[in-house]
Formats: sequence, C-alpha cells, structure tokens
Amino acid sequence: MTAPRVDGPDGDRARRIVAAVVDYGAGNIVSIGQGLTAAGADVRLARDPDDLRGADLLVVPGVGAAAPAMARLARRGLVEPIRGWIAADRPYLGICLGLQLLFETSDEDGAETFGVLRGRVRRLEDAPTLPHIGWNQVVRRASHPAFDGIDDGADFYFVHSYVGVPEGADAGAVVADTTHGGRFPAAIARRSLLGVQFHPERSSTDGLRLLDNVVAGVARAGAAPAAIG
Amino acid sequence: MLRRRVIPCLDVADGRVVKGTRFVDLTDEGDPPELAERYAAEGADELVFLDITAAPEGRGTLLDIVERTARRAFIPLTVGGGVRTVPEMRDVLRAGADKVSLNTAAVADPSLVTRCAARFGRQAVVVAIDARRRGQGPDDPTRWEVVVKGGREPTGLDALEWAVRAVELGAGELLVTSIDRDGTRSGYDVELLREISGRVKVPVIASGGAAGPADFIAAVRDGGADAVLAASIFHRRLHSIASVKAAMAAAGLPVRRYTPAA
Repeated sequence: MTAPRVDGPDGDRARRIVAAVVDYGAGNIVSIGQGLTAAGADVRLARDPDDLRGADLLVVPGVGAAAPAMARLARRGLVEPIRGWIAADRPYLGICLGLQLLFETSDEDGAETFGVLRGRVRRLEDAPTLPHIGWNQVVRRASHPAFDGIDDGADFYFVHSYVGVPEGADAGAVVADTTHGGRFPAAIARRSLLGVQFHPERSSTDGLRLLDNVVAGVARAGAAPAAIG
Repeated sequence: MLRRRVIPCLDVADGRVVKGTRFVDLTDEGDPPELAERYAAEGADELVFLDITAAPEGRGTLLDIVERTARRAFIPLTVGGGVRTVPEMRDVLRAGADKVSLNTAAVADPSLVTRCAARFGRQAVVVAIDARRRGQGPDDPTRWEVVVKGGREPTGLDALEWAVRAVELGAGELLVTSIDRDGTRSGYDVELLREISGRVKVPVIASGGAAGPADFIAAVRDGGADAVLAASIFHRRLHSIASVKAAMAAAGLPVRRYTPAA
C-alpha cells in the first residue's frame, strides 16, 4: 500500500521525508515506526532536542497519564522544542496521549500540558465500559486529507479513559468524532497539526492509510517550495 | 458503537505456537509472527500471546517474537506469561506489545498491578483470572476459585472478589478463563462471565471452552463479555475469524467490518 517514490537523478529519494518519533518511554514506537516506514518515511527516534533537527514531521505517541509523560519529556529537554515546533506551524501528528498533551490541562492528574489547543482533557462521560478499549467508528465532521480514501464511519482502535475537548477558538477544530456513551472528538486538526485519539498504528489497513496520507501530505508540502526554487 | 472483539490466542513455548489442553499434549502450530499476520489479515481484532515457556532463558526469544509480530500485524497485541516486575513489563511493551497480562504474579503480589498501572497506565494492564468452579449443590452454592500456575495450584481466593479487587488495584481489563472449560470445546462459562461483568466497569474478555459461533454470541449477549478469545478452533481452522464475526453480526452484535488490503 506504499505509494511509489521517485528517486532523484543523484540517487537521493527526493521526496522521502524524515519523521521524528518522540521516544519517551510511552507508546508503541515499534508499530508506529513500522507504519511510518511502510508509508515511505525515514523514521528517527527522538530522545533529545538534537534529534528533531532536520525532521519534516514530528510524531508524539503515548498512552497513559499526562503528568508522568510531561515529566519524562521535561527530563529529556523536549518540552520547549516541541512547543517551538508547533508554534512554527511545522507538521505534527499526536497519537492518543500525544493529542491530549496539546491541551491546557488534564483532569486526570491536573498536569499542565502544552496548551497549544484551548480546552482540557476530561474523563469520558457516560461510558458503559471504562477504559474505552476496542474498535469504534470514527465519523467525519469536516474533511481532512489524512482521511482520504478511508470510509466515513470506519473502525479504528481506541484505548483510553480520557479525552481532549477543544473549546473557544479551537472548538471548530474537530475533524471526526466517536461515540462511547457520550460523543467525543476522535480527530482534531489545526493547520499543520493533527491529533488522533485512536491508534492508527494498531488500526489495520485504515490506520496505515491514515499514516500514509499524513506522510504524503508532508512530502507534497515539502516538495512545493523546492519546485519553485 | 464499540465493537465486540474476536481475539485469537497464541500459546507460545520456546519460540513456537503450541496448543494442548493447558500445558499437556502440546502440538506445534507454527511460527508466532506468521500466524499473527495471518489472523490480522483474516480480520482478528486483537491478538493475545501467552508465553508458556517454563525456562527464564526463553524470555529473549519472546521479546524477539513480540517485536517481529509488531512489525507485521498492525492490530493490538497483549502478552501474558512470566511478567513479574515493572521492568519486565517495560521490556515487553518496548518490544511492541500494547498490553501485558498479569496472572500468577498478580495473585502473589497484588501491588504489582498498581505499580504497573501507575507506570504504564491502567489501559496497559490486563489481569488474567483463571477460575475453577466449586460448590456441590443447594447447601454449597456455586462459586469460583482462582487457580494459578496454569490451573494446577488453588489459591483459596474467590474469583468474583478477586476480579473486583484487581480492578480497584489498577487493572484496565480482565481476561477471564474458565479452567473447567479450557480446551474442552464445551462453551464458555457464561455464568462466570455474567457474575464478573456485572461487578466491574472494565472490559471483560471471555476465555476457555469456545467451540463455535454460538458460544461467542452467548458470551457477549448473556455473559456481558466485551471480547471473546479462542485458540484451537482458529488454529485448527474449525472456524474462521470471518465466519465467527459474520455469525455475531447476524445475531445483532456490533463487530468490526474488515476490508482486506487491495
């Protein structure tokens, strides 16, 4: 399912992008790395700020609670570089906790998170089972290229108890939602930033397609200025 | 709507998938990552690896299998068997597992459940409960006792009480196996499932005794299970994942529709 990539005349893979996957001891980096590689990206595990240099796409995975995750990012000196990356409007993919960390705070443990998106992370309301574990339908609220070729209402794999809910200026950033008891945002996008509450790396062919779309989008965006110059 | 999951279980010993009736009469069923990929391609919603390697030196082999599987099968993977410490759980998750199932070690040291949940989140911690029926009649009502070490060792713990306690300790999911039914193809212990799912809010995975689609349907509809696990009927190709899910869908249960890659 990997799109064909054209090698440049010097043998370089001209449109191959570098995806930096933040490795801070949370989240399934093996599967994310493999999924991004299948999508045609060169994957680099980012363990300190230097690892972000030269990257085209920043991927922040993660499961679990916000406070220990922020503490681990802080220990590696990654909090400000990630904040700066997003402020510079560079491509960012947040998966599960990597989405939740973008909000201002989490009800789970009161952690202060990146505050890039207005709103906070709340416990899932009226959920018949908790954690919300398993495959559930992702219903589109707005079009986004990450979902190109994926059926509206397709099933993705979730594993979480908390969810980020955008407010104020970011209330319109919801791209897709899912219902488990109440309805909650499953995908959120703002400019170069995309966050998904589900796990594309665990969501079979549709998950891989989403990663493929994200990588292809970054490759296209990166190729445009070069073509002009 | 949240789908009911169908989960093939792969018992792994010394790097191979084996199947017997709990540790006896083991037969070789193949290479774990290969079988995992096949199940993923057939529409399995999740996979469980149960490491039944007795010797500790087999651990490295297991981590290698987990990593090779995580690179080939893009569906969730739970690994159980032999994890006794937080660092051991970290190693298994780092290799590419999404969840770790704790059984004997959790009974021996319940604080392990809490420590693992604190470090990795409760969604990564499955507590596996092997339960054996006790009770002989009107004066001795039905109850279930937790057994460990592959069903060989009774603990005196009441399975329903242990289920509630495990969730309080930090379990994000319960894998409930009827040791009486395991390997017998006589159906899940639906009563056990119902008693446990009625007491906890976390998802319950039914295990032990599946013979065919009717058992999967009963486990969900009457037992309140969120997911159904089976081994031999899939390994032996007595039923396919697809046919089980089609039967569940026909019974009105929500299942994931799966379209194989073009």
